[in-house]
Amino acid sequence: MNKNSLVSIADLNKEELLALLEQASYFEKHPNSKILDGKVVATLFFEPSTRTRLSFETAVNRLGGRVIGFSDASTTSSSKGETLHDTIKMVSNYVDLIVMRHYLEGAARYASEVTDVPVVNAGDGANQHPSQTMLDLYSIYKTQGDLNNLTITMVGDLKYGRTVHSLLQAMSYFNPTFRFVACKELQMPEEYLKFCDENGIKYECTTDFSPEIINESDIIYMTRVQRERFTDIMEYERVKNLYTLHNAMLADSKPNLRILHPLPRVNEIAYDVDANPKAYYFDQARNGLYARQAIICRALGLTPDECKKA
Amino acid sequence: MTEKKELAVAALRNGTVIDHIPSSALFKAVRILGIEHLDKAVTIGNNLASGKLGKKGIIKVADVEFDEATLNRIAIIAPTAVVNVIREYSVVEKRPVRLPDTVVGIVKCANPKCITNNEPMRTVFHVVGNNPVVIRCHYCNHAVKGDDAQLQ
Ligand SMILES: [Zn+2]
Repeated sequence: MNKNSLVSIADLNKEELLALLEQASYFEKHPNSKILDGKVVATLFFEPSTRTRLSFETAVNRLGGRVIGFSDASTTSSSKGETLHDTIKMVSNYVDLIVMRHYLEGAARYASEVTDVPVVNAGDGANQHPSQTMLDLYSIYKTQGDLNNLTITMVGDLKYGRTVHSLLQAMSYFNPTFRFVACKELQMPEEYLKFCDENGIKYECTTDFSPEIINESDIIYMTRVQRERFTDIMEYERVKNLYTLHNAMLADSKPNLRILHPLPRVNEIAYDVDANPKAYYFDQARNGLYARQAIICRALGLTPDECKKA
Repeated sequence: MTEKKELAVAALRNGTVIDHIPSSALFKAVRILGIEHLDKAVTIGNNLASGKLGKKGIIKVADVEFDEATLNRIAIIAPTAVVNVIREYSVVEKRPVRLPDTVVGIVKCANPKCITNNEPMRTVFHVVGNNPVVIRCHYCNHAVKGDDAQLQ
């Protein structure tokens, strides 16, 4: 067990979140800092995710470290029946840091308990994906200049969307006001509403993606509504276009409003939004690089001062 | 006042009586306590009339005093259970079971995609609610009511 492992965004307190944002901001200005000279990082992708893997591997490379690993478990010993425990123990002999993605939920937590090498969770099934949350948080921080007192509207699949749940938890330190916009089948689960209640967070649940909601928002966080989430296909057909954002809907929105989306999008953001300066989803993905550089340095126990010296 | 209670207790000279177990949880409690592996005299009663619970179960084990941590493990499925320690025919200690903060290696996670259902490892659950009892998987965060908990 290494105390610098990052398995869930809930493992970080407010100070640690702010320190990571500060560090990400440093790497945005100095993306090629050779801090990881001589370090080897394993990227173990038991489930393929090209987007996330490339982002992590670019982060390591730009910091001057080296990468070993695999991008698909079907080519590894786990396909021969090796336990996760044994794979992690084996890899721990070789590397300074393990970045892992796994189709099973809780896999990263378990891995972090069987090794002294730090583990960074790059997604474990439908459970946690803290580097996505850090890049969301960094995008909000960067576009708004401050994380405090923002009105954040989350739209689409709020029931199964792990990104919105983690973002909700991470934002809880900063006095947000949430608007949860979703159809009946995909509303924010009770446990997260309870979390808001317990932490004194203001929120409103609605099925109506109305002009008032849009015009009050500092951030609109769109998510994909997937057909397979519906037990009733007729219901899917009925709601799928209700939660699509078109450029015309942004006419009276606040000047500082930014539209976020974890990508890939399907049809929840119309293409005519892309040219609007308030569309931020492509820049958001780029911020993932800086957020991951910051996460990697923290996991390796490198202080901001050590990072700056390099 | 409680002729019945005295009778139930009088059957034991030394040992433990666990009373007020909800009927639906009785056999889970038997398993959690590992009672089928004991070679001592064991009496199990179920669907007995109970004012509080409607129907209750009771377990009496001769010549065994369980440690507190072991007994508290049944609190996740039977939070109403009451433990009586018997020495020389009299109740020397009577206390309700107490919910532990963490439950290791008893409950099976209900999430088929949980790592604990796919690796040879022990489960860990955190108790996150007490009325009703709710436990949450340490690994996948899946929550389940104590009543619905399946044993490993
Ligand atoms: Zn689980």
